[in-house]
Amino acid sequence: MTLALYRIDDRLIHGQVVVGWGQPLDVSFIVLVDDEVSGSDWEQDLYRMGVPPQIEVIFASVEKAADMLPNWESDPRVGILLVGDIDTAVALAGRAPQLKRFNVGGVHHRTGRKERLRFVYLTDDEAAKLRRLAAGGVDVTAQDVPTARAVPVSEFT
Amino acid sequence: MSELRGVIVSHAAVAKAMVDAVTAITGIEGALTPISNEGCGTAELGDRLREAVGAGPAVLFVDLPGGSCFTSSARYAKQGGADIAVVTGVNLAMLLDFVFNRDISPAEAARRAVDAGGKAIHVTRP
Repeated sequence: MTLALYRIDDRLIHGQVVVGWGQPLDVSFIVLVDDEVSGSDWEQDLYRMGVPPQIEVIFASVEKAADMLPNWESDPRVGILLVGDIDTAVALAGRAPQLKRFNVGGVHHRTGRKERLRFVYLTDDEAAKLRRLAAGGVDVTAQDVPTARAVPVSEFT
Repeated sequence: MSELRGVIVSHAAVAKAMVDAVTAITGIEGALTPISNEGCGTAELGDRLREAVGAGPAVLFVDLPGGSCFTSSARYAKQGGADIAVVTGVNLAMLLDFVFNRDISPAEAARRAVDAGGKAIHVTRP
């Protein structure tokens, strides 16, 4: 198997990821790509607490993730890769051209953002970044849980 | 010692339902504040926590020992703006004990909550 889901979610590891996606995909590992979290043992302990012991959690900076991506993609187990914001997704895609999919799973309200979907709020700049990602060959859709429809980027940006 | 605030942090409407249940059982109002993570990211959840906790002291009762409610609560408590304890696995039994015992420290209230909440979990065989 491989990485089954590449997800942008500002909550990073939480119930929708571990249970909502993790159960049906039978996930064995989660890669959390975040420069800040990858440098903080305390933050890593927090995120590990939300994951059952049989699921491995790997923390990586963007730079390390780009290097390690081929290994995770060829892993015989099923995994999920998470980033917390659009800038991190763009940075990772820029360093790892083999990355061809991104699921926008949750980007929530903040000053300057407009509601695009119930679970996706974006500034105009963030929306433009997602469109550019798609124009570069990355399949960008929005979908919070597996039972929902995958909304194409053209419908929410 | 000022009286403790209790803040329930949950997914969806669980926190609000628990506050309503405690009020229905005890008649005590205002001891608990519900917070939902519905529709908000970690930054906005932090804002909701700040508003609910105020100057504290407070106990944050979180639904699960992981996920956005927990990480936001733990992060907020770590900031050190108020005397705060975080308890996970909130249930009605620990809340009922809490509302009658709020003249203690957050740490002591957290210990009471774990004890009262744990004692309420039983398996009953027919």
